[in-house]
Amino acid sequence: MSVFNTVAQAPADVIFSLTAGYKADKHPQKINVGVGAFRTDELKPYVLPVVKKADTILFNNADLDHEYLPIAGEPSYTRAATKLILGDNSPAIAQGRTGAVQTISGTGANHTGAAFLAAHFKGSGKVYISNPTWANHRNIFASLGFDVQEYPYWHPATKSLDYEGMINTIREAPSGSIFILHPCAHNPTGVDPTQEQWKGIADAMREKNQFTFFDCAYQGFASGDLDKDAWAVRYFVEQGFELFVAQSFAKNFGLYGERAGNLTFVCKTPEDTKRVLSQFEKLQRSEISNPPAYGSRIVDIVLNDPALYAEWKENLKYMSSRIIDMRQKLYQHLVDLKTPGTWNHIVDQIGMFSFTGLKAPQVKVMIEKYHIYLTDNGRISMAGLSNSNVEYFARAVDDVVRNVQV
Amino acid sequence: MLSTIARAAQQPSRMASRAFVSTWSSVPQGPPDAILGVTEAFKRDADPKKMNLGVGAYRDDNGKPYVLEAVKKAEAILLEQNLDKEYAGITGVPDFTKAAAKLAYGDESPVLSNLAITQSISGTGALNIGANFFSTFYPHAKNIYVPNPTWGNHNAIFSRAGLKVEKYGYFDKSTNGLNINAMLEDIKNAPKNSIVLLHACAHNPTGVDPTQEQWNEIAQVVKDQGHFPFFDMAYQGFASGDCTKDAYALRKFVADGHQVVLSQSFAKNMGLYGERAGSFSIVCADADEKSRVESQLKILIRPMYSNPPIHGARLVNTVLNTPELKQLWLDEVKTMAERIISMRTKLRNHLEADFGSKKNWEHVTNQIGMFCYSGMTPEQVDKIKDDWHVYLTRDGRISMAGVSSGNVKYLAEAIHNVTKD
Repeated sequence: MSVFNTVAQAPADVIFSLTAGYKADKHPQKINVGVGAFRTDELKPYVLPVVKKADTILFNNADLDHEYLPIAGEPSYTRAATKLILGDNSPAIAQGRTGAVQTISGTGANHTGAAFLAAHFKGSGKVYISNPTWANHRNIFASLGFDVQEYPYWHPATKSLDYEGMINTIREAPSGSIFILHPCAHNPTGVDPTQEQWKGIADAMREKNQFTFFDCAYQGFASGDLDKDAWAVRYFVEQGFELFVAQSFAKNFGLYGERAGNLTFVCKTPEDTKRVLSQFEKLQRSEISNPPAYGSRIVDIVLNDPALYAEWKENLKYMSSRIIDMRQKLYQHLVDLKTPGTWNHIVDQIGMFSFTGLKAPQVKVMIEKYHIYLTDNGRISMAGLSNSNVEYFARAVDDVVRNVQV
Repeated sequence: MLSTIARAAQQPSRMASRAFVSTWSSVPQGPPDAILGVTEAFKRDADPKKMNLGVGAYRDDNGKPYVLEAVKKAEAILLEQNLDKEYAGITGVPDFTKAAAKLAYGDESPVLSNLAITQSISGTGALNIGANFFSTFYPHAKNIYVPNPTWGNHNAIFSRAGLKVEKYGYFDKSTNGLNINAMLEDIKNAPKNSIVLLHACAHNPTGVDPTQEQWNEIAQVVKDQGHFPFFDMAYQGFASGDCTKDAYALRKFVADGHQVVLSQSFAKNMGLYGERAGSFSIVCADADEKSRVESQLKILIRPMYSNPPIHGARLVNTVLNTPELKQLWLDEVKTMAERIISMRTKLRNHLEADFGSKKNWEHVTNQIGMFCYSGMTPEQVDKIKDDWHVYLTRDGRISMAGVSSGNVKYLAEAIHNVTKD
């Protein structure tokens, strides 16, 4: 009798299943607006030209081998990644109270930060994630024993930020709760707080001594401007917060499967920073020993070379501009069709995703009738739209809004 | 710009100027990694004759890291193919895991069709997935028996996952060989249905492997007690130079009808260390169980890192699935293993013939794989570092990869001198 005969079939991952459904579909007009990976206007995956250059540089570098990276990752990489998010002139960096550990992309950064908190953070035991948030957030923290709660975020009536609701929850949560904040290009809604709202959020976090854990998967991708997208994180640092920032290079470098990520931590003192790093290393050693080299080497080369860095910023602008262009076009089509409801949220929202406001029954029809694949919560990845399919998409939305009861 | 930074550095942040309690004030300093500490001390040493025998990474006869030709060729092929960098699935690059499974279990192995398998972050990641899988799903007491001694990280990985780590006798200090009786006895006495960790070949840190006959005995005792074999294979091909020979124990257990799990690493045998290429597999009863088990592996992996890094897996895949490259690789692995074996032979000869050591050095050539448990005491290890600038871990473990034809005689002299009394 097999030892595993009582192991139950687990439900399939929603997003990967969606893609599988799309792949199996033979309909000529099918659209995949499910998974958050950038696509060109020809709907092809996009390897950034600067990344291709880096691939070749790495290949031609006779001095490179495949030796183990240090446990916490390659310092030239982690330092560059930390500078990218905190700013070249960050006083926290100058004061020696920042550190980082290289991770397996953004998920790894979330997980490693969470694992550290589970072991060392003396708090309420609660983690607050936005309602809604990236599907994986809940599991990352729940699997480590945290009591996962939600803070209001998406306001369905106004299709914008429920600022009051969010602030109230921060204030009402027990002190020492961990809050997962998206500094830009909120996933899945695309709704970001304004700078004034961030100030209010910071005040509330400080009042109740909550712990700030930023999850930054889209720096540069949101507005096209790296510094602008990092504003919230830098503001909190300037305000003296201790915090974590999970960073991903999956989207902004198009490195998805190479798994390049970083967890930056900002402490109060260099002494704290040293001890905290040592505990991150202990954790990392018992889970992966040391991080994967290849993806980080690409980022390392680009961030540390002025010419390549400039080229990267151009590539980023191209990606964010295409997204913004699709938003404008979708919005325009819906306006032209006189689709019931308000649609300016499509152009007000930012980043790869848009929360259309479509509900599950409408999504079902989108999939079954129109062969358009999106998640139940009405989230679409703008990258799945192109000049050749955006009108078809708009017409489908128009149909389900008019004709499908919710 | 500089003055701005200097000014900022002098102004404490608003928070810092008020009395505060740091969130991390009670976080203790973590222990320094034993092996890294050896390398760090080695780096600080200016002596021209210094030797680093701590590193568990292969070095060529010039003491340099070795990038395999097969891997270089695979890199050229990949660059040429202009692949995208899209996410692999949660369980990784499918052609990679298929090839890894065949390499371990045998091309024609009957268990391949019902094997649940996932790509992992090299061997450490595979062990971690396995540990968590057992912790969640093993229907008996979550005790895992590991050999005494074993790789330092085993304890950390298994404990973190919530398994209770126990030891079985293994290394015999008096012979510097295997204490087979203690091993069989301890496995026999372990509570029924315990998990037993077995190093498939090239035991780390001792280099002491059971013979094939001894493996047969071990397999019998494990079966009698209903224990669950958890194989850790980090050196296939690297031990004897022959991938099939090195997989004997794993395949014997499978042939005997054991249900096994396997952690596989391509760090050493493909020299892919930092690319983190590995896999974790579970032999399942049937297709349905394979499907259920894989679905649960995905649930474990998704909140840890979503999906694994593609580069290393693509390299392994290209090598294993391109016949000329596979043959080239097999030859290179053999060469690496043979270089290690020749260093063992030379070391022993120098000790016996050139320095007339009265001690028994048979174990140097009996042991196999990258590591040699020399038998040196901690005090002798300190002395060989201080007087001879030879660096190794205090358990007396020598990484033979750090030995070359240029320094093996010096090493013999050093070892002889610290052990002769």
